[in-house]
Amino acid sequence: MARRITFMQAINEALRQEMERDETVVVFGEDNAGGAGAPGEDDAWGGVMGVTKGLYPSFPGRVLDTPISESAFIGAAAGAACSGLRPVAELMFVDFMGVCFDQIFNQAAKFRYMFGGKAKTPMVIRTMYGAGIRAASQHSQSLYPIFTHIPGLKVVVPSNPYDAKGLMIASIRDDDPVIFFENKVLYQMEGEVPEEPYAIPLGEAEYVREGEDVTIVAIGRMVSMAEQAAEALADEGIECEIIDPRTTSPLDTETVFESVENTGRLVVVDESNPRCSLAADICALVAQERFEDLKAAPKMVTAPHTPPPFSPALEDLYVPDPERIAAAVREVAGAGARA
Amino acid sequence: MTEVAGARELGREQLLDAYRTMRTIREFEERLHVEFATGEIPGFVHLYAGEEAIAAGVCAHLDEDDYIASTHRGHGHAIAKGCDVKAMMKEIYGKAEGLCHGKGGSMHIADLEKGMLGANGIVGGGPPLVCGAGLSAKVRGTRQVAVSFTGDGGSNQGTFLESLNLAAVWGLPCVFVVENNGYAEATSTNFSVRGLDIAKRADGFGIPGVVVDGHDFFAVHEAAGEAVERARNGGGPTLIECKVNRYYGHFEGDAQTYRAPNEVEEIRREKDCLMLFRRRVVSAGLVEEEELDRIDDEVRNLIDEAVEEAKAAPDPSPEELLTDVYVSYQG
Repeated sequence: MARRITFMQAINEALRQEMERDETVVVFGEDNAGGAGAPGEDDAWGGVMGVTKGLYPSFPGRVLDTPISESAFIGAAAGAACSGLRPVAELMFVDFMGVCFDQIFNQAAKFRYMFGGKAKTPMVIRTMYGAGIRAASQHSQSLYPIFTHIPGLKVVVPSNPYDAKGLMIASIRDDDPVIFFENKVLYQMEGEVPEEPYAIPLGEAEYVREGEDVTIVAIGRMVSMAEQAAEALADEGIECEIIDPRTTSPLDTETVFESVENTGRLVVVDESNPRCSLAADICALVAQERFEDLKAAPKMVTAPHTPPPFSPALEDLYVPDPERIAAAVREVAGAGARA
Repeated sequence: MTEVAGARELGREQLLDAYRTMRTIREFEERLHVEFATGEIPGFVHLYAGEEAIAAGVCAHLDEDDYIASTHRGHGHAIAKGCDVKAMMKEIYGKAEGLCHGKGGSMHIADLEKGMLGANGIVGGGPPLVCGAGLSAKVRGTRQVAVSFTGDGGSNQGTFLESLNLAAVWGLPCVFVVENNGYAEATSTNFSVRGLDIAKRADGFGIPGVVVDGHDFFAVHEAAGEAVERARNGGGPTLIECKVNRYYGHFEGDAQTYRAPNEVEEIRREKDCLMLFRRRVVSAGLVEEEELDRIDDEVRNLIDEAVEEAKAAPDPSPEELLTDVYVSYQG
C-alpha cells in the first residue's frame, strides 16, 4: 500500500522537492521560517499553520521571513519572477488580498500582455481559504472566483493530498503566475501520495466518481462533501458523477460538458458566495454551450450572499454540506424531462 | 558647489553620452508634446521634460543587466536605460512594431532584456518589483542592482514605504530614487508632504537618505554613484530625493491652472538641466560647444525619423487582441 501523508505534508514535500531540483525556487512570507530575529528557534513556525516547517534549515538563504507588508513582498515575488527566480510567496489568508491585490492583478497578471509577450512571470502565491474553523469574516472567505476572473492568472484549488502535491509541483514549474488555494480544513486530510515528484497538468479535471443520473461539479473541500452526498444518494438509487476541476483557470470545460451530455443534469458545489462564483460561471457555460443536453435547470450549492459568520451555530449553516448537496441533487434528478 | 564639481571625474565620452541621453529625452518629450496636440497619439501621455538629469545621472551607473522600475512619467527612464527610441515611439503610437507590440503604450513601456521592468500605470506600483529584482540578484549571487524611480506622489503610497522597509530588513541591493517635482498630479507637495524632505524618511527605516538638486546632472550622478556602489557591495538600499520640476502638466492636456503664472518659464530660464550641463562642461573646457551642437542635430534627426516611422507603421493585427496573455493555457 502506498504511503499516506496529509494534505499539508504533501505541499511541504512538493516545495522541498522543487527547491532541491531548482535553486531558483525561493519561499517567503510571514513567519515562513518563523522566528527571524528572535532569540529562540529559527524555524519556529514554518508558516502560521506549519506548511513550510523544516524548509528553512535545509535552504537557509532561500526561505525568508517577511515583515507584515503584503504589498511589498507579493510585489517582490512579481519582480523576482521577472528577473530570474521562481518565487513561492505566501499570502497567509486570501482575505488579506485587499492589501496587496494591485501587485497581483495589475502587475504580475498583466506583464506578459502589456509587454507584448516578452515577459514571463513564474511565481506562485500560496494562500489559505475557506470557512469551518471559527475564524470569522476576515479569515474564512473563498475568494478564488475573483482571481479566476483576471486574465493572466492561473488558479489552482486542490481537493486532496495527491492533487495538492502534483498541482504544486506543476504550479512551481509553470511560467505564468499561479494562485494556489489551500483549504485550511483540508490540511490534516490524509491520502496516498507517491514519494517521487510528479506534476499534474493545470487545466485537467478529474472524474472522482462515475454515475449516469446527475453531474456534480465540486471544487476544493466541496469534493469530499459531494462524495458523502453521493454515497447517501446511491442508497436512494440516484447515481452521481462527480467532477473535480482542480483548477478554475484554466477550466476544463470539455470534461464538464462530456459528463453533462451523459447525465443531462447538473449541480455545482462551490464554497464561495453565489454571485459571480465558480458555480455561476460553470452553470452559465453549460447553459450556453450544452443547453440541448439539459433535462433540468442546473442548480448551484454555495455559501449564502453573506460574509462568513463567527458563531459555530451560524458558520455550520454557511458552508455547503452533504445534506444540502443531496437535496439539490434530488431536486434536479426529480425535475421532469424538458420537451 | 563650484561650476565644475564632479564634471572632471567623468571622461569626455561619458560626458557626451550623458548629454546625448538628456537631449534625446528632451527632444522625445518636446516632440510628443507637439504631436499629442494633433490628436494622432492615443491615450494618456505624461512627459518627463525638465527631469532628464535624474534618469541620465542614475542610469549612467547601471549596466544592461541591472534593473529599473519606472512610473507614469517613464519615457526618460526607458531611454536612459537603453530602450530603443524608435520602438518606444511606435509603442506610444500603438503600433505593431512598438517595443511592446502596441499592447502597452506610454504607461507600460518595458524591455526586460534591457533591465527595464516597466513604466507603471499605478502610482507606487514599482517599488515592490524592485525589491523582487534586488532579491533575485542577492539569491543568485550576482552584483546586479535594482533602482526604483518614484515621484513625490508615489512616495506617499504604502507600497513605497513598505518597500523601503523590506529592502532594508532583507539587505537588498536597491536604490530608491524619488523625483520630487513638486506636484502629485495637481496637488502640491506643500500640501501632501508634511516635513521638508522626503529623504528624511530614510532615517525611519535605518537606511541612508540624501537630497540632491535634480536639475544638476553632476549632483545626481555623484549621489547615485555612491548609492549604487553601496548596493553592489552588499551595503543595502539608499533613498535619494531629487528636487526637480516638470515642464509640462501631469498629463498632456493638463491646463496647469494650479501653477503660478510664469512658473515654468522661470525654471526653464534658470534651472534647465541641459543648459546647466552645457555651461559647466564648456566653460571648464571639457567639451567643445560644437560637439554638443552636433549631438543636438543628430538627436533631432533621430526623433524626426522616429515620429515619421511610427506614423507610417502598421497597426497590430486583430488576432493580437488574444495573444500574449499566458505562456501556456490549456483548458
